[in-house]
Amino acid sequence: MKSSAGLHFKTYLLILLMVIFGPLGNVLLGKGMKRIGAVSVGTPREALEVLSRVLTSGTIWLGIGSLITFFVAYMLVLSWADYSYVQPASSVAYGMVALLAHFMLREAVTPMRWMGVLIICLGVLVVGHTPPRTTEPS
Amino acid sequence: MRELIFYLLIIGAGTGGELCVSRAMKAVGEVKDFRPAALIGAATRALQVPWMWLGLTLMGTAFFALLAVLSMENVSLVVPATALSYAAGALGGKFFLGEQVTRKRWTGVLLVCIGVALVVIGRR
Repeated sequence: MKSSAGLHFKTYLLILLMVIFGPLGNVLLGKGMKRIGAVSVGTPREALEVLSRVLTSGTIWLGIGSLITFFVAYMLVLSWADYSYVQPASSVAYGMVALLAHFMLREAVTPMRWMGVLIICLGVLVVGHTPPRTTEPS
Repeated sequence: MRELIFYLLIIGAGTGGELCVSRAMKAVGEVKDFRPAALIGAATRALQVPWMWLGLTLMGTAFFALLAVLSMENVSLVVPATALSYAAGALGGKFFLGEQVTRKRWTGVLLVCIGVALVVIGRR
């Protein structure tokens, strides 16, 4: 129990990293893919062509880097914290995505969309306030 | 229609992948040492758990489906729509894992679904 404060600190720190780099990664991917345009992967040749354009886009690699940072933080935190404790923290990420999409990509986020994002955050918070485990550990 | 399939992949494969990865990391145990060598050691141990490979495969599938949808739609629509994975998680927990999904949890899931609906119809 003596390391309880330390455990809280590293949990919060890693969740903060998740909430920053997850949304950032998604927004960068969105930016990169928009530049590539709607993909059609009807034939293997088309699929390869799209793949090569995806893999030569700097924005997409930045996005992948962000998502890897997110993923590493996520896996580390899951090695000690409950999935159902970590998952609600991701609700903040939905607000973050809307903010980043608005300011970085100039996407028009309508008031109704903001309302929807807010309700999603609320719903995820409610889910997070339920008991983490309802089955016996096997 | 094609978009619907991609969304289903993002939600289904994404949630399944996270659950597998979560299970694998619990098998690895708490990571206490954050020095690079120790982190590489933890990663190596994680890769020896079969659940990790299944989880990574599923998450990879979800990732490419996400890329496909992002090429067609705005981020501010796509990411909130993927919040439906909370509903998939609750349903999967109840019917596949035998978890007791409480009324409070269903309330949260319902709120998420309402929020997603607002985001989807909130486009100009």
